[in-house]
Parts: sequence; C-alpha cells; structure tokens
Amino acid sequence: MSLSLKDLYSKFRDPATIKALKKEIEKEAVKLKEPMRVMEICGGHTHTIMKYGIKQILPDNINFIHGPGCPVCVMPKERIDHAIILAKQPDVILATLGDMIRVPGSTSSLAKARAEGANVVPLHSTLDVLEIAKANPDKKVVFFAIGFETTTPMTAALMKRALNEGVKNIYYHINHVLVPPPMRAIMDGGEARINAFIGPSHVSVIIGAKSYEFLAKDYNTPVVVAGFEPVDVMESILMLLKQKNEGRCEVEIQYKRATTYEGNLVAQKLIDEFMEVRDSFRWRGLGDIPYSALKLKDKFSEFDAEKVWADVLPNKPIDDHKLCICGEILKGLANPKECKVFATACTPSNPLGSCMVSDEGACNAYYRYGR
Amino acid sequence: MKITLAYGGGGEETNKLIKDLFYENFKNDILIKAEDAAIINIDGKTAFTTDSFTIDPIFFNGGDIGKLSIAGTCNDLAMMGAEPKFLSISFIIEEGLHFNDLKKIVDSISTELKKVNAKIVCGDTKVVPAGSVDKIFINTSGIGKVIKDNISAHNLKIGDKILVSRDIGRHGSVVLAKRFGVDTEINSDCKILWDEVKALIDEGIEIKAMRDATRGGLSAVLNEWAEASNIRIEIEEDKIPISDEVSGLCEIFGFEPMDLANEGTFIVAVESKDAEKTKEILKKFNKNASIIGEVVEGEKVVLKTPYGSKRYIDLPKGELLPRIC
Repeated sequence: MSLSLKDLYSKFRDPATIKALKKEIEKEAVKLKEPMRVMEICGGHTHTIMKYGIKQILPDNINFIHGPGCPVCVMPKERIDHAIILAKQPDVILATLGDMIRVPGSTSSLAKARAEGANVVPLHSTLDVLEIAKANPDKKVVFFAIGFETTTPMTAALMKRALNEGVKNIYYHINHVLVPPPMRAIMDGGEARINAFIGPSHVSVIIGAKSYEFLAKDYNTPVVVAGFEPVDVMESILMLLKQKNEGRCEVEIQYKRATTYEGNLVAQKLIDEFMEVRDSFRWRGLGDIPYSALKLKDKFSEFDAEKVWADVLPNKPIDDHKLCICGEILKGLANPKECKVFATACTPSNPLGSCMVSDEGACNAYYRYGR
Repeated sequence: MKITLAYGGGGEETNKLIKDLFYENFKNDILIKAEDAAIINIDGKTAFTTDSFTIDPIFFNGGDIGKLSIAGTCNDLAMMGAEPKFLSISFIIEEGLHFNDLKKIVDSISTELKKVNAKIVCGDTKVVPAGSVDKIFINTSGIGKVIKDNISAHNLKIGDKILVSRDIGRHGSVVLAKRFGVDTEINSDCKILWDEVKALIDEGIEIKAMRDATRGGLSAVLNEWAEASNIRIEIEEDKIPISDEVSGLCEIFGFEPMDLANEGTFIVAVESKDAEKTKEILKKFNKNASIIGEVVEGEKVVLKTPYGSKRYIDLPKGELLPRIC
C-alpha cells in the first residue's frame, strides 16, 4: 500500500475525531476556575481556528486571543517601503515570498511597483532565487527575506548554496523575526491577560519546544506546541485544559510528528553561520523590541542589501493609518470586529492595515470566514 | 520557423497563413467565401457571447490556449441553454512565436470544434512586435441557438438544490503548478460542456441557473448567485468533490480548491424534485457529480462542516500567491 499526500492530513481533519475531542473539551472546561484566555501565537493557527470554525464548537469559557505571528503583518511600513525602493533600483530583480507582494507600504506596494514596471518576482520556494540569479547574471537579484524562524533556514540555505556555487549577484534584505521576544513583550505588558499559549507549529520544528520554557517558568503560563490541523488544535486545547485543571504549568508538545524539545539543530547551526541577532527591531503595532530579529553577519556585508543600498533606504518610523487598530490586535488587546474600518474602509482588496493583507492575518481570517 | 511581423502585414505571408493554416483547418462553406463579413441564418432566440484568452503557459496538461478559446466561448453559450453554432476567432500573435506552436494550437481548435456542431465563420490575425503581447492572445465570439431559455442567476428560490458537474479546481491547479515550478500529473478539466447541458435539457430537467465555474471558481459562482437572487446558499463541505491531486497541491501552496479556476466544470441549480435525477444524468459524464447544497433564506454563501461549525465562503480576492510558510 502506498502513502498518498491525502493520508498525511485527512485524519487530522476527521469529523468524528473532532466531535470526540469536543466532548472531552466540554468535560474539562466545566472544571475551569476562570475562563481560559489562550493566545495562538502563530497566524497559521488563527487561520485554522477561523477556517474550521473551531471557536464556534468550543465552550464559551475558552477564548482565543490572536497573536502577532504573521510575518507580513508585523513588518513596519518603512521596511515594506525598502522593498518597493529596492525593486525600483536600476538592474534590480526583487524576489520575495507570496503575500509580501500585496502588503501596502506608506504609499505603494510591490504589486503596484510591478505594474509600474519594476521587476518583482513572487516565489514559491526560496531556492528559486538561485535560478533567477543564474539566468540573469547582469542583474542584481535582491531577496527580500521575511518570516519567522520557519523560513530563516531557507534563507541561510540559499546563501550557502550561492556562495558554494560562486553566484555573486544575490543580495539579501533580512527581515527574519523571532517568536520568543514578542511573547515576552506581550506578557510583560500584561494587558492581554493571557493564561495559556498554543505554540507555533513550524517555528517550533526549528527552534524546539525548549524555547518556550520561559513562559512556564517566568510567567506561570502553560504552553502546548500544536500542529496546524483542526484535530491538532482541538487536542492542544484539551491538553491546556488538563494542565489548568491539574494545576500544572508546563511546555508540552502535541505536534510530536514534527517537533522535538531541542528543535532542528542542523537548521539552527546553519542560521548561526550567516545571521546574528539585531540589537532591536521595530515591529508593526508592537514597537521596538530588543533582540527580536536577525541580520546578516558583518562578514557578509557585501551581500547585505540594507548596507549596499543604505543611501536610498530611509529608516524613519511611519505610523499606521490612524483608524487602524492592527497594533492592538497584534498585542492581543482587540478583536478585528472592534475596528471601525474592518470590512468597510479596510478589506483584503484595499487593506489599510497589515492584519488584513495576509491569509495569516487575524483581520483577513475574520473577513474571509467570520464576518 | 518563427512568425515574423510580415505575417501580419496583410500581404503574401498573411495570405499564406490564412489559406494554408486557418482555412485548411477550419474550412466550411461560409468561411472560405472570404468576404468582409460572414452571412449566416439564425431564427428564433439567439445567444451571443465573447471572450478573450490569455494564459501562461499556453500549453498545459489537458489542453492549450486553442482548446480553451473554443471551450470557453462554447461553454458560455451552453450555460445559457444555447447550442453553439457560429464562432469568430481573432489571433493576436507576438512576433517570434514558433510556427509549430501556432500549428499545434490551430490543430487543437479544429479538434475541439468537431465535438460540437459549430463553425468558425470569420476571423482575423494580427502579428505585433515582440513584447507587445505574451506569445499569443485569442479572442472568440460565439452565436448559439437557444434550446432552453429562462436560465438565470436571478432564478434561485428557497429549497432549490445546487449541484456541481465534477471535481473542482483542476484547471487552476495545473496552471499554478506550472507557473510556480511544481510538477504535477493533474489534467485540466478544459472541455466543451454542451453534451452535458443537452442531456439535462433532453431529460426534461427544469434548469433554474447554470454557470461554468471559471475564474474565481466555485466560490465566485455561488456568491454571484446568492447576491443576484438575494438568498443564502448553504453548502456541505464533505459533498464538494475534490480530487486528491488538487487537494494535495492546494495543501502545498495554501490555496482553496473552491477559489481555483475550472474550464469544463459547471454549477447548476434545480428544483429539489429534480436534484437526484440531475445528479444521475451528470454522473454519466463524470462520476464525481454531486449535490453540494441548497438555497435557504438569508444572504451570502455558508459552508457547513461535518462537525457542526459554519463559515462564510467569500469571493476570492486579489492575485493567487503561494503562502509564505
């Protein structure tokens, strides 16, 4: 018997399993001393919760607070402007992953820049950059690298391949951000009153469940690293409820089929080879968070787009539209429906704020599935 | 051999192209008269439609831009209950297109035309400088004889059933896979749908609304109907036929099968009493035909999951781009 792709996910969407977990969750939820305010950090989970209507089938004392884990949502406008400015430089091909194309900067977006003649390539795979660079030896290919720890190893792998193969016309604009620092910032803020966490799936595959120990130790908040399918999320909720009711406060892994406590050590080493932590990074909505993002190591300066094009890339902070409450949403303080411009002035076709842009953004998920 | 600007100049090369390639393949008594306009006889209610075709890649699993340009226009006629009769075809060709590629496209147009009783009765060819268009653009217009009238997106009433003629999302999957460099064995569903429609009419099915789910996919058709008829459509997730290949590809890219284009798949609304019979007829053409939902009071399109939650299905928005992670 051969394994098909469908076998890899169909059981994780199995209605009977979801119904069975729902019953177990109901049994545990009645025992809760206070409502569970669970933050799913990752936008992928926000998407799953909305797409599969998980909130609707859970008891009222389980509330989801949507976290900041959508890589395009947390990108400040001035850095999106960087992408647009770079795309318009002579002889530049700007390559980036999917959704980035649509994200509005302060005055334009990559999609608009492309319509005006800029050479912008949406990628499915980071390694495609290598082929683009080889096919266009007289061009400068700028890879606008975004994403949390999930996509960072791919950027490092691309650099390694390019250096090994002597491909010198790839430049990197690194916007890789880290998950643990904003979680700490949100907990230090305290206003979101979060008392449980669903840990990210693929980020955790790389950094390991150990990276969330500080939440259990310093903030007495349980964490369950969950897979992205509805059965995963349901089972993780059940695991969190049991921790609550049994008075435990631990980091547990539900997503055992891919995540370990230590994470992917090879990937971690590869990242260390090329990148290091920045002193500070400005997050859209969350502000400056120390040591919360990566940059290229100094020895790779000649490929660092931020340095090569330093003269044309402004760094002045640009505020969001004044009616947009993406900042509050990313901090877990507001729900998309509380925003005055949600689904009126701000829609996926014409987003005012970043949370409406990406599939993983909370506003986009609410717009698509839950309006 | 490549097509040069001379082929669009109206002189000897143009004539050669028209005579040796187009007339040879599309020939019929009206076309070969080569007058400024085709003279045709039509009586009774007539459907008239036009569509332009641009696609990257021009050749794909299960079809090419030529087949698409015939199926697309014939299907627009069929969806209005009209039998395709007369077509026009216009080519805008980018200088440098291989002559063999054009020949392959023309062959496939000719093959497709033979499947319906339709003729190309007029046409035009332009060749434009490299970079002005992407390889080849085709426009076709079509005239059809209305066999069953009063099919409209405005006709849906509470209790009506919604059916889909086969598994969804194939054409979109093929095109996106090729565009983003993923190998796939999926074939496009690209096909003329007149035989299916004729079977429904011949069997006396009272078709209320019918539309082929092209760009925007199933989501777009259902949303258009809900708005036009001022009703809500509720569909059941586990009744929507999706092939393993399409759902697999959607997993990889982060796409929704319901948002993907089809080129030989249609959605039909019938009265509840006709639903089972409609399904049986459609199953003779494709075993995956399915009753996917019904019309209820309200607005918008709602998807019901088998475990009791619901969500809205919105119109797809913007360019389809692969997710980041």
